[in-house]
Amino acid sequence: MHEPIAYFEHAADMGIVGRGKSIEEAFENAARAVFAMMTNLGQVRLQASVAIEFEEADPELALVTWLNLLLGQARSRALIFGRFHLRRDGASPKGTSSGARWSGTAEGEPWRAELERGVEVKGATLTGLAVTQRDGNWEARCVVDV
Amino acid sequence: MDLGRLKEITPWCYALTPLPGEERAPVRLYANAELLRGMDAKVLEQIANVAHLPGLVGAAMTMPDAHWGYGFPIGGVAAFDAEKGGIISAGGVGFDISCGIRCLRTNLDLQTLAPRLERLADLLFRAIPAGVGEEGKLKLSPGELDAVMRGGAQWALRHGYGVAEDMEYIEEHGCVAGAVPAEVSDLAKRRQRGEMGTLGSGNHYLEIQVVERIYDAAAAEAYGLAEGQVLVAIHCGSRGLGHQVGTDYLVTLAKAAGRLGIRLPERELACAPIKSPEGQQYLGAMNAAINIALANRQILTHLARAAFAEVLPEAALETLYDVSHNTCKVETHVVDGKPRVLYVHRKGATRAFGPGHAALPERYRRVGQPVIIGGSMGTGSWILAGNPEEQNGAYASASHGAGRAMSRHQALRIWHGRELIHKLAADGILIRTRSMRGAAEEAPGAYKDVDLVAEATEKSGLARRVALLRPKACVKG
Repeated sequence: MHEPIAYFEHAADMGIVGRGKSIEEAFENAARAVFAMMTNLGQVRLQASVAIEFEEADPELALVTWLNLLLGQARSRALIFGRFHLRRDGASPKGTSSGARWSGTAEGEPWRAELERGVEVKGATLTGLAVTQRDGNWEARCVVDV
Repeated sequence: MDLGRLKEITPWCYALTPLPGEERAPVRLYANAELLRGMDAKVLEQIANVAHLPGLVGAAMTMPDAHWGYGFPIGGVAAFDAEKGGIISAGGVGFDISCGIRCLRTNLDLQTLAPRLERLADLLFRAIPAGVGEEGKLKLSPGELDAVMRGGAQWALRHGYGVAEDMEYIEEHGCVAGAVPAEVSDLAKRRQRGEMGTLGSGNHYLEIQVVERIYDAAAAEAYGLAEGQVLVAIHCGSRGLGHQVGTDYLVTLAKAAGRLGIRLPERELACAPIKSPEGQQYLGAMNAAINIALANRQILTHLARAAFAEVLPEAALETLYDVSHNTCKVETHVVDGKPRVLYVHRKGATRAFGPGHAALPERYRRVGQPVIIGGSMGTGSWILAGNPEEQNGAYASASHGAGRAMSRHQALRIWHGRELIHKLAADGILIRTRSMRGAAEEAPGAYKDVDLVAEATEKSGLARRVALLRPKACVKG
């Protein structure tokens, strides 16, 4: 498998890639790719935890939803996240589609002066969006707005 | 971009010839061959997609600074008629709703400023929250935030930020009608709680500039500009709230388009008929975000004035103009000899009303609206003046910036933030930022030649050059 985190070109913003042995791991690494643009993740203390839950049957829209919920929660709570966990729970409570319910956590801390400052990622977009599986490896990618 | 499918109308304006069997509205690209060759091929693909959308009036157009965007290209302009099934598109407005530039003219010249520039740059850097992780001092309750969404810069004025004269020189007098805070999600509102009066990151900045050269003496006189004069430019938008509105409605409008049978060549073109419930909801939320942006730039203006007052007590900072470049505005334009009410999407494009337009302040009515083209932190910016519509031909629109020439990723491989900042300092440009990565990504060399963009804007008839500005100090996000 290639590197768990990678970036690709976009004229104005940045493309991010997360890879893993499962779709959940690929999404977690996509989140790391996003937050690593904002700071050095190795410096982030894991002092606060935020739960993220959503329903989305479409894997590509699920990636965008996951990343945007993380960014929204981070900004609204003035936190920077450094570690992510995501689980796909199978069928939604409504039973309308399988694999539609996702629950996860993001851990991090409030911004402090010592944290390295990168660039603010404002949101994940539908541009360059793809979630693919090949030879047992998953890859999740999209362009994020900077 | 391959120019093979482009037909030259003038050396500064090209049309895209249709593919065999292709049925779409016309596509017009305002630029010369040099600028077009430098554009990503995606620009052509995206503007051709726009030309397929329902209710488009006239051509889908790109400005000279166009580059690859989301759905619409950045630098894209398109007008839709609600009565003809016309649509509104979140991708046609952009994520940073009402991102724009506030330009302030000062009574200072470079000679007066120079000895105190360093101290002023430091103070502005402390006073203006900029970059990732920085919050403003103003924390608003949900009720107060609703009031900002309804009141825009006028809310800020009522709360002590700025002076009444500012309002005359802001589009829509600082407050756009039709804002519906109830159409803005709770998450969008929560994201904005600590972000009023913040600059943001990316290509946003507060810059101290000096007028290097006047090109149009009459317009410069009307705008109060003279060579050697110090100006301040504030480039930012609606921050987290605007972005969340864009994100939320992208999904809402994409689902509406599917339900209503609107074919979307690209999902980011997500749109709905203006008259549909979803279209109306987005309009209400977008207008609320526009008012957030107008209030934000008003608060930043106040903070900048306070910093100047501490270092240069004699300084007076007047609003020259505040213009947004990510909007959809309801405007009347003459089409085929008849006035029509249109929803004009400008995504990375500046409104550029010509002389005599009723929306312009009396002081500028004779010469046309100030059009502000923001450049990179090391090169320059321009002020232009709007032309009459028969000369403009793009629903009174013009360029908004230099436009990126290379990706952020490429820029990071070429430049290092700290070295770049030292080099710019040696050239007499002070950069203040917390992000070395951000500085490298925003390297002047990563942008197109802003002078060529301004020249193309003039020669294609979109607007005429008034003044060239050079940066002296820049607070970057």
